[in-house]
Amino acid sequence: MASFGKIARRTFLIGSAAVAGGVAFGVYAYRKPVENPLLAELEPGETTLNPFVLIDADGVTLITPRGDVGQGAISIQTYLLAEELDVDPQTVRTSFGPASGAYYNGKVAAEGMPFAAWDAGFLSTQARKAAGPAGKFIGLHITGGSTTVPDMYDRLRAAGASARETLKLAAANRFTLTPEDLKTEGGQVLLPNGDAIPYADLAAEAAALDPVSVEPRAPESWTWLGKPARRTDIVAKSTGTFRYGGDLVLDDMIHATVVTNPAMGGGVVSHDDSAARAMRGILDILPITDGFAVLADNDWRAMKAARAIDVDWGTPEGRLASSAEMWEAHAAAFTEENRDSRFADDGDVEAAPGNLVTAEYRVPFLHHAPLEPANATVRYRPERTEVWTATQVPIFVRDAVAAITGQEAEAVTVHNLASGGSFGHRLDYLWVQQAAEIAVQVPGRPVRLTLSREQDMTHGFLRPMAIARGRGTVENGTVRSLDLSIAAHSVTESQIGRAGLPAAGPDIAIVAAAWDAPYAIPDRRVTGYRVPAGVAVSSWRSVGASHNGFFFETFLDELIAEAGADPVEERLRLIHDPASRNVLATVADMASWTGPLGDGTGRGVAFTYAFGVPCAQIIEVSDTGRGIRLDKLWIAADVGRVLDPVNLESQLTGGALFGLGHAIHSEITFEDHTIQQRNYHEYEGMRLWQTPEVEVRALETLPTIRGAGEPGLPPAAPALANAIFAATGTRLREMPFARTVTFA
Amino acid sequence: MRLTVDGTEHELDVEPDMPLLWLLRDELGLHGPKYGCGIAACGACTVHLDGLAVRACQITAEEVEGAEVTTIEGLGTPDAPHPVQQAWIEEQVAQCGYCQSGQIMQAASLLALNPAPTDAEIDAAMSGNLCRCASYPRIRAAIRRAIQSEGA
Repeated sequence: MASFGKIARRTFLIGSAAVAGGVAFGVYAYRKPVENPLLAELEPGETTLNPFVLIDADGVTLITPRGDVGQGAISIQTYLLAEELDVDPQTVRTSFGPASGAYYNGKVAAEGMPFAAWDAGFLSTQARKAAGPAGKFIGLHITGGSTTVPDMYDRLRAAGASARETLKLAAANRFTLTPEDLKTEGGQVLLPNGDAIPYADLAAEAAALDPVSVEPRAPESWTWLGKPARRTDIVAKSTGTFRYGGDLVLDDMIHATVVTNPAMGGGVVSHDDSAARAMRGILDILPITDGFAVLADNDWRAMKAARAIDVDWGTPEGRLASSAEMWEAHAAAFTEENRDSRFADDGDVEAAPGNLVTAEYRVPFLHHAPLEPANATVRYRPERTEVWTATQVPIFVRDAVAAITGQEAEAVTVHNLASGGSFGHRLDYLWVQQAAEIAVQVPGRPVRLTLSREQDMTHGFLRPMAIARGRGTVENGTVRSLDLSIAAHSVTESQIGRAGLPAAGPDIAIVAAAWDAPYAIPDRRVTGYRVPAGVAVSSWRSVGASHNGFFFETFLDELIAEAGADPVEERLRLIHDPASRNVLATVADMASWTGPLGDGTGRGVAFTYAFGVPCAQIIEVSDTGRGIRLDKLWIAADVGRVLDPVNLESQLTGGALFGLGHAIHSEITFEDHTIQQRNYHEYEGMRLWQTPEVEVRALETLPTIRGAGEPGLPPAAPALANAIFAATGTRLREMPFARTVTFA
Repeated sequence: MRLTVDGTEHELDVEPDMPLLWLLRDELGLHGPKYGCGIAACGACTVHLDGLAVRACQITAEEVEGAEVTTIEGLGTPDAPHPVQQAWIEEQVAQCGYCQSGQIMQAASLLALNPAPTDAEIDAAMSGNLCRCASYPRIRAAIRRAIQSEGA
């Protein structure tokens, strides 16, 4: 961990210029083997062939290193392995595996550099290659950034293929045959005489062999991948039998909840918990950082007692207290001193000719607010601490718990669980630290901490608020210049800082999906301004693209309207990337785009290139007289290759609707350092009644396979804002839109 | 107090104001109904009380004295799913799945009362159930599928 700063500097350097040194480091790093973490944990009779496959008498366990927060990561990783290993995906067990550098995410680091995803030039390609393996050394065992499929696509198929061929070799050796004589099917090696040998019978012999390297199968020969797949968790999730962290029950378990200062970090001045202690089922009330934990025999009793603690909270220092002050700070941040990046600077925006258009846009703080309240179970024992929780960052969790228990990291075991949503929330782990603080005070007993919705909502790690200022010109019916300045807190600085690590270089998230939008606008500049750190901010589904898609595509729409051009035609003319143009043309074709509709109806279009995926959307709305109704949403996206068309559609649709729900309804605001929204009635999102009909088309022309959890979100809000303009003439420059227009 | 849950009768000693949700989850160990908000804003805790969908976080122990409660696990099982659950499986509705127990219980109650609801009636009946993953298009499709399978 100590070397993170050095590695980060190197990865940043190669991102800038010094390619040779970075590549050399990367090649060295990539070739250095990482110990298989399963070797240390094998029970008698278990065999492991590589970090992804565990075989014992009961069959095959597939290690799926990426967490499942609802995006279907368990299922798709299972299918990737099973396709090569020839086992039925529905019958194999899965485990998230231990926290280990062997499960590093090479894509998160590789995509965090100032190269546009559509840029496949030498410099960008070499830099990505170098940065990927660095993830292994900085503990990037992480789920996020829509990287599960791109990162695991080759590795899991290769692991499955290698395991299959090694098992065949073991069978060939035993029966004096050659591997070419053998077939595999249903978790068995089939001999020419028709006998079937279960993998479990061969595992010990296979483990003694050098693993066989073999190319994964060609897509044309796939059995499961590329076709509609039944999610491996779909029956359990449709029958109430799927178990989440909050459902975990262990022997002798204590139910706990916490109440901490709603002005985060303000501490406790004084308190009286005598009434709470006298309530039924209350075992104890313990101090923790910034507040108290209530230990009980039932979650409701714990939460009821927590409300009965009378506390005089302290006030945090050195931070702004209210949203009004924070808006002022953001508005004042467009200075040379705060300038963070200017990755795009073509032509001369200052001198560009044409009619001038200016506009300012604002988006508020947002909470992830996944439906499952944050929870964690921790059992502390002097020799070993065990943690059961859903996390996207198991190594960070392990180290954070070890810091509280005072143990070596190796003495902390993290059992990762699936979670009821995340959207980035489970990149944080304050509640795991709180559970550990409780657990060390009751050694030997498992403590299951469940946050109340109110505690979770008012102690959020937020999507940053942001302001963008657009300045552009149009001439001869076309867009001539576009100069966009964006001010926001740095998510990377805040999030990496919470893990105790330094964040090097400019934060690409501040300008993501704006600076690299593939439009050949003659004079074009995008500048990021870093607002000095304030409240804790976080990666919220699609991160910086969640606001920059809105800023860029709505301002571009204003310029196109000023030019008198068609929103689709002018974008098609400006886009220089063929895959992007193809996606936009596809969505226009799906919607039979013919220009303005009139009669109180309107269509808006938006296009973004985020997380490596070009995605275009068209939304149709009507002005009902009682408000704006969302009638139809068309989505086209190019993900390189579709592994499961059903889940791909769900992810793209879910991303777009999540974006629309927040754009219309949601904001987190502060007064007296305190989040004002306490539960869903004050933080509404998309509901069934408002959901438009949705049509999705996925394209497969990109050379690289991409993930779909995030790319559906960024174009949704601008498409809606542009549609409302088309229907009503009202420009929406501030979220939530419901403050400006009424929705039906 | 006494009540019947998923066909099994229970006798319990709990506070009269304990909400049914935690009575089910923490006293009886039935984890199908979920805690999402505690204020009837999300519907994740929805169960059937004498056949009708209710928010278990809002009904107290004293109000369910002697009642018959059905949870998602009493509606059907992985081996013998209820037609609404089967429709949810066929349409692959769930993403994170946390809200789906409540969604399914709400939909089953709607269809029990109104076997052929209009789109507007579906919207009205289902809009109290929040899905943060926004699986709504597939929820609509699953309800339409269940209507057809029930009618067949």
